[in-house]
Amino acid sequence: MKYRIQQEAREGTMLLNMGPSHPAMHGTTRIMLELDGEKVVNCELEMGYLHRGFEKICESKTYFNMLIYTDRMNYVSPLINNTGYVMALEKMLGIEVPERSQYIRVILNEFSRVCDHLTALAAMCMECGAFTVFLYMMKAREYIWDLMEQTTGARMTTSFIRVGGVRSDFPADWKETTQIAIDETRKVLKDCHGLMSKNKIFLNRTRDVAVVTPELAINYGWTGPCLRSTGVNYDVRKAFPYLVYDQLDFEIPLGERGDNFDRYMVRMQEMEQSLRMVEQCMAKIPKPSSPYSSDGRGLDPAEAISASRTKKPGQGIRLSPNLEGTEKGKYPGILAGKKYIVPPKEDTYTNIEGLINHFKFFMRGHGIRPPKGEVYFSVEGGSGELGFYIISNGTDKPYRLHLRAPCFHIVAALEELVRGHFVADIIPTFGSMNMIGGELDR
Amino acid sequence: MAISKEKVLEDLKQKFSDNILEITAQFGDDIICIKKEALLDIVNFLREEPYAFTMLLDLTCVDYMGEEERFEMVYHLFSLSNKLRLRFKTRLSEDDCKIDSLTPIFKNANWLEREAYDMFGVHFEGHPYLRRLFMYDGFEGHPLRKDYPLHKHQPKIPLRK
Repeated sequence: MKYRIQQEAREGTMLLNMGPSHPAMHGTTRIMLELDGEKVVNCELEMGYLHRGFEKICESKTYFNMLIYTDRMNYVSPLINNTGYVMALEKMLGIEVPERSQYIRVILNEFSRVCDHLTALAAMCMECGAFTVFLYMMKAREYIWDLMEQTTGARMTTSFIRVGGVRSDFPADWKETTQIAIDETRKVLKDCHGLMSKNKIFLNRTRDVAVVTPELAINYGWTGPCLRSTGVNYDVRKAFPYLVYDQLDFEIPLGERGDNFDRYMVRMQEMEQSLRMVEQCMAKIPKPSSPYSSDGRGLDPAEAISASRTKKPGQGIRLSPNLEGTEKGKYPGILAGKKYIVPPKEDTYTNIEGLINHFKFFMRGHGIRPPKGEVYFSVEGGSGELGFYIISNGTDKPYRLHLRAPCFHIVAALEELVRGHFVADIIPTFGSMNMIGGELDR
Repeated sequence: MAISKEKVLEDLKQKFSDNILEITAQFGDDIICIKKEALLDIVNFLREEPYAFTMLLDLTCVDYMGEEERFEMVYHLFSLSNKLRLRFKTRLSEDDCKIDSLTPIFKNANWLEREAYDMFGVHFEGHPYLRRLFMYDGFEGHPLRKDYPLHKHQPKIPLRK
């Protein structure tokens, strides 16, 4: 079958291929262009180069196993994906999450959003020629990832948000790390504002390029910063508040014209709002029910097993960092719903009930089994409304899972937006949409 | 003036009493099962003020293999001014796997329907360019159908000349 662009090709025009392997394609997407000189007459997008069959795989994995797949959807802000998925399940299971872990979730979510915006803008600015901005923003991201790494143990594939709460509490010195991340990000934002926001070259390339009207944006199902850049005030955090967002004070930055520059500017302002929210959370977060200790003492699993033959060992188990499991006394008050959390390793190793609980959680046909039915839950992701539609048939595997990827709807508009513009305009337009391959192709 | 969810459902029931099979709610989400012939009418009706369901949030398909009407199309509509989400479902049988396309109303339906066609083999009548979205030309079968094995190998396709 011929491509649409081939069928519609006019005489005297040139067909040009951008991508799939092209530095400005942020992943692998193929843009087919019909050019008249340097003007884009027609455009068609081909995708699926990163299609990994996410939805098909999910149907054969248990709810617990699937969490790691959600990291790989929007790999720039995996914590938001985790949150979306886990909260959809919690909606089905009816779990109320402890307050402290709600705050932990919000802090990590907002930092992820900053990371997401930083990455999107860094790439967009770099493609417009501002390599300095790219490096500055990557630097800010590193400070944020310091906190993420300390807390979750990973930079990108975190799998940190769990059904019932979060996997672990913050490390002891998290407030200092967070403060450094906030301060450094603010500095970078200020520098980047100075470098880009009134930059003639940048303005020429982005102002009034690829203008989207509010009606068109809504018709395309745009959400997130791209929709707000057209002046439509819709944010899932305000419209359908989840976690503790209704207790936080933040504003929704809006654009006026809906062009590339507004999409840039809304993201810049949103980052500031996210940092504000993190600061509020730092002040408001409830104290842990018992102080965090990481003295490193503890028994090796083998020792614990032999000790348990005579009496219950009083010490914790020393776990390999690769091993999954909460350590009972270490992470108090951040997990709810006893049935749905990984049983503490102390119990698994040292008493029979704990061992049974462990098997009951991981055995096929057991573990997390939401009631029959279907649910849609969405959170505000980095580039828009990230929704999970899950159908459960009462077993430990989802019958069907569908991800509403925000950038899917946004990128769908590209074909229409670049028509009539120059080839060079495609680059900032595509950059301002924040296309994430993992999410788009799933 | 925002309109309440109950009012929307009430009006729908009155206007389309023949075409609405069931209105239920699950986990706080409202589900409206409709006949597939009425899809375009209902969507057009809800697009108007005061309902203003102007955004197609999501469109997907579910395969209930073994049931009489095998495929279920699921539409999520969203009203920005009223902050309401509604889920519409309609069933298709395997022999008559066709439904009206929403492309004249919503522009993002273009890709969403292509995805559903690619993954489930549902045909959308009136779609301007029904072509596989994620898979390539020459791919055999529809991967998200329940009878498509997880580890199925595809035949190699020759390089295009």
